[in-house]
Amino acid sequence: MTATSFGRLRTSNVTPVLKEVLGWVVVPILLAIVVVLLYNQVIYRIEPETMTYRMFFDQTGRPAKLTRYILLHMEVVFVSALLAVLTAVPAGILITREGFRDFAPLILGVANIGQTVPSMAILGLSMAFLGIGFKPSIFALWFYSLLPIVRNTATGIDEVDRAVIEAARGMGMTKRQILFRIELPLALNIIFAGIRTAVVINVGTAALVTFIGWPTLGHPIAAGLRVRRTDMVVVASILIAVFAIGLDFIMGKVQQLLAPRGV
Amino acid sequence: MIKLEHVTKIYPGQTEPAVNDLSLEVPDGEICILVGPSGCGKTTTMKMVNRLIEPTSGKIYVEGQDVMQMDPIQLRRSIGYVIQEIGLFPHMTIAENIGTVPKLLGWDDARIARRVDELLELMGIEPAEYRDRYPRELSGGQQQRIGVARAMAADPHVMLMDEPFGAIDPITRDRLQNEFLRLQQKIRKTIIFVTHDINEAIKMGDKIAILNVGGILEQYGSPSEILSHPANPFVEDFVGADRALKWLNLVRVEEVMDQHPPLIFDTQSVREARQFMQERGLDFVYVIGADRSLKGYVNARDLEGQQGWVDAFLTPAAVSIQLGTSLRDTLSELLASDYRTACVVDEEQRVRGLIQLDAIQEALSARKGGER
Ligand SMILES: Nc1ncnc2c1ncn2[C@@H]1O[C@H](COP(=O)(O)OP(=O)(O)O)[C@@H](O)[C@H]1O
Ligand SMILES: [Mg+2]
Repeated sequence: MTATSFGRLRTSNVTPVLKEVLGWVVVPILLAIVVVLLYNQVIYRIEPETMTYRMFFDQTGRPAKLTRYILLHMEVVFVSALLAVLTAVPAGILITREGFRDFAPLILGVANIGQTVPSMAILGLSMAFLGIGFKPSIFALWFYSLLPIVRNTATGIDEVDRAVIEAARGMGMTKRQILFRIELPLALNIIFAGIRTAVVINVGTAALVTFIGWPTLGHPIAAGLRVRRTDMVVVASILIAVFAIGLDFIMGKVQQLLAPRGV
Repeated sequence: MIKLEHVTKIYPGQTEPAVNDLSLEVPDGEICILVGPSGCGKTTTMKMVNRLIEPTSGKIYVEGQDVMQMDPIQLRRSIGYVIQEIGLFPHMTIAENIGTVPKLLGWDDARIARRVDELLELMGIEPAEYRDRYPRELSGGQQQRIGVARAMAADPHVMLMDEPFGAIDPITRDRLQNEFLRLQQKIRKTIIFVTHDINEAIKMGDKIAILNVGGILEQYGSPSEILSHPANPFVEDFVGADRALKWLNLVRVEEVMDQHPPLIFDTQSVREARQFMQERGLDFVYVIGADRSLKGYVNARDLEGQQGWVDAFLTPAAVSIQLGTSLRDTLSELLASDYRTACVVDEEQRVRGLIQLDAIQEALSARKGGER
């Protein structure tokens, strides 16, 4: 090996490793600092008798109220997002299949309703049919998340170079092999962009399901607005933002791990 | 062997056929070129062979088997397929790309790896350096070679190539064409090769099928048949007004040169040389060394009244033609040199024959009589 290649090793191989490590830890550390500061500094000063938010747990050792809201918020987001991915990705794939292309306008149209109808209206309708609590909340958030995922899945697959598919077909790959070995890997980044968009929107919208009986971080916001406690509103809003950023960060990393090299 | 019998393809919703009652036979080990203007059904014809498109009527046989009776997936895996857009899988390494069909066929990894390296070497691409790279890291010419290697991976007897060198700059294309012809000498595949470029067709084809819009076969024959006897005005027009020159491209100088030209050695005397020329009525004669290497020539006029040895009167030859040169290039060199004659030499510059402008002209006129 020559001296120059050692030199190159130092300049362009070590820093990427460092960057990689930083890429994994910087955002989580920052987010953790924000959360801890909120709990320790801000919430502590909120009077215990009106607001029972104190640290992560209350005096009896049970999760503090705020913690419970956070957990409920996470639960509703995780379940609805998971259901959305499990339904919208297959739907997006389906409408790119020969013979089902005619259904594309229908499926995209339905998914589009989820996006264009105001979220409050969907919540209302959802409550009208499913009552209050977990179920209507999940349904509304699921419905609201469909469009970006369906659309991006279909677009991602459609945008795979026709020549690549043609070559795969000509070499004797079955339709299934083409889907799993060619189309999905090549569409993965676009599909993930759709999922990330949907999930980030979902985290925000999940605040609203408070109004149909599932107390998420929307609850302290609503309560804070009612009693004019700006600090409550700010705390809950920041927590929602932290959750959205953190989740997007994690999905980004998953995408990085799954994404094929070479594209 | 690939055989098409009265094959017609009418696309759904269209009234005019894209391919019309086409019958062709491609013998084993030959390259059959489908050539014609854009939209004449070349691609359609080719894709019917591996059933990417199904014929409306007619029969297609590959190695004696009716393709419509075969499983299309198995059929395609048994046929090499190259497309103009190359279509390498961008998310797979070069090795994975080349190993695609072997993997589909269930070869074990070690065998696939061996085959990949073998093919990369065959294509003049360093396996150790390139096998783990991704397609986008390669030049256009290299990608095209990988496309061809990928099609050959499972050693198919039959290959389909749709404008395989179409998207490449002319210089690289020329090199790839030559490489491929050399390769074909070894591998002897049965190939259907699509192009819209008549020059490529003439260069690459053992047989050429000239198609016209509407999928009509205008002529099917060897390049020299097509150039010397165009079947109709369409073919005449398609091969171009310069078809005589194109034909000259097909013929190599050794096919028309005088293989036993009059020569003298540089160690001979002037007297011997003059006598030699007088007997044969020559104005000049080429002079060679003991190893038959070309030394130059002597003019009869220069030797008049002289004595001694011929090497004192040598004029260096302005032009010599390498064995294997096409008649067209030979002609061009002769015209550029102002001479009517040149020696044909081998790689060691040994004289192997003599070519004259008149001989080229005679060959051209004989062509019209159907000889070659
Ligand atoms: N999938 C298709 N559907 C309908 N018409 C087609 C299709 N593919 C090709 N054609 C038509 O068939 C004719 C022959 O096309 P093609 O075989 O691609 O020609 P070439 O390869 O010689 O340029 C053209 O008129 C083209 O428009
Ligand atoms: Mg074509």
